[in-house]
Amino acid sequence: MNMGLYIVQQGINAVSLGSLYALVAIGLSMVFGILRMTNFAHGDMMMVGAFGTLLINAAGAPFWLAALCGVAVGAAAGVIVERLAYRPVRGAPDVTLLLTSLAVTYILENLGILIFSSSPRNFPIPDIMNSAIQLAGGQITFTAINVVTIALTVAALALLGWFVTRTDVGLGMRAAAEDLGAAQMVGLDVDRLIVVAFAIASAFAGLAGVLWAAQSGIVEPDMGFTPLLKAFVAAIVGGFGSISGALVGGYVLGALEILIVAFLPSSVSPYRDAIVFGLLIVFLLFKPNGLMNRPQEVKL
Amino acid sequence: MVSDAGPLLETRGLTKSFRSLVALSDQSIRVDRGEIVGVIGPNGSGKSTFFNLISGFLQPDSGEIRFAGAPIVAQPADRIVRLGIARTFQGTRLFQALSVADNVRAAAELRQRTGLAAALLGGGRRRRAEAAVEEITEELLDLVGLTARQENRARDLPYGDQRRLEIIRALATRPSLLLLDEPAAGMDASETKVLLGLIDEIRTRYDLAVIIVEHDMDLIMNLCERIQVLAHGSKVFEGTPAEVQAHPAVREVYLGHG
Repeated sequence: MNMGLYIVQQGINAVSLGSLYALVAIGLSMVFGILRMTNFAHGDMMMVGAFGTLLINAAGAPFWLAALCGVAVGAAAGVIVERLAYRPVRGAPDVTLLLTSLAVTYILENLGILIFSSSPRNFPIPDIMNSAIQLAGGQITFTAINVVTIALTVAALALLGWFVTRTDVGLGMRAAAEDLGAAQMVGLDVDRLIVVAFAIASAFAGLAGVLWAAQSGIVEPDMGFTPLLKAFVAAIVGGFGSISGALVGGYVLGALEILIVAFLPSSVSPYRDAIVFGLLIVFLLFKPNGLMNRPQEVKL
Repeated sequence: MVSDAGPLLETRGLTKSFRSLVALSDQSIRVDRGEIVGVIGPNGSGKSTFFNLISGFLQPDSGEIRFAGAPIVAQPADRIVRLGIARTFQGTRLFQALSVADNVRAAAELRQRTGLAAALLGGGRRRRAEAAVEEITEELLDLVGLTARQENRARDLPYGDQRRLEIIRALATRPSLLLLDEPAAGMDASETKVLLGLIDEIRTRYDLAVIIVEHDMDLIMNLCERIQVLAHGSKVFEGTPAEVQAHPAVREVYLGHG
């Protein structure tokens, strides 16, 4: 295989992986933007979305409908967690919110283990999604699920972009992310905006969960943990709290991981995550506010 | 038109402490429709606490706040804005990364809200609401001469323009009472004069009552019909600008601060 085609092949892998990171990172960043809270339970919405899809599919619904419902279940779970766990402690010191979200993670993951056991389950997807697509006379090969992942992510991002920039609720969300108190002072119902933010963030995580499970072929209760850490890196690289930053960060991270695997000696591959986190530390030394964020201004 | 005969805003026995510090003690004020009232006092005299209590940012320990005859204590802040009380902040609290026009739009939406479904689906009702928001936004930007800079980010405006933007953002919620928290802070004499003209104009044009908390004596004396003097959280004196200037205790309390 010549080098150009190899790069195209790896580019597709990178965009596919980056899409998943971006989907998760955007939700993390969105919630942080409004509440200044790191939602560790965010990754668990991936598990909820994937298990939701699995159950609804097993009950007889066609896969695509089940996946749609799974995403909706993920969104609903996010809204319920906000209402039951986060809203009561809003206004408490930041560390309280942080610990609350850690507690929610443990509760959700253990609920998952209780219901589904801790061993991985198969995640059956339609055969068409596993079919190989070949280009350049078979020199570039990828599976349909890669294309589906990229297409759905682009669609979700376009929808989000339209919502945030073209609707009054989106404008309210941008205002609330700038200054929650001032948003209230122009009459914005911040409780409602926070619910909308959690719904969107969790729907995106749910979608990422379904796609993640479809790519790996399995679902398990702690499946959200590693992607959450990666999304965390992506969001920080982009500038925590910035939606476009999380998007860029997600794709940068995806590209970086594929680069490490594809172009460095295979003996290095096992250290992929260590290298990524190491690079994050170096990056933060030089750009502590991320790519897209200005230095935090002190608010009175 | 407003037909209510009673005062627009009335507080009675308003008290707020932070731990052992009494920020405001047994304060009362009455503001009629269309009136401009000043609240002055040294730093720490309770002026900001007073605004924070009225706008629902803080809850009083005791006392009453009535707006247009109805009690508003314990109402959430966004609900109070909906009732018709808008405010600006000491310094500014603009939506810094948003455009100048979006700062105003976000506030103008308050009177045009059509709900999430309409936002997603569009339709005639939503289009009319958007048109109304655009109309208010254009009018207010024009009022303070920010039309040409409406696509700039708020943070890129010069300081004086940021102050004016915050005032029109508050106006976009269509208030009947406007609370201005040190609007002239950091302004030079000529900027303050422009500000004075602006406040006078919006008061007439939008039929507003205004309460101003301010250190700039020129602004207060020229603009206000009535002035309340606070010191250590308590009302020391209330009267016309002439009476306030003539009052020896007031001179001591206020001017003694420097």
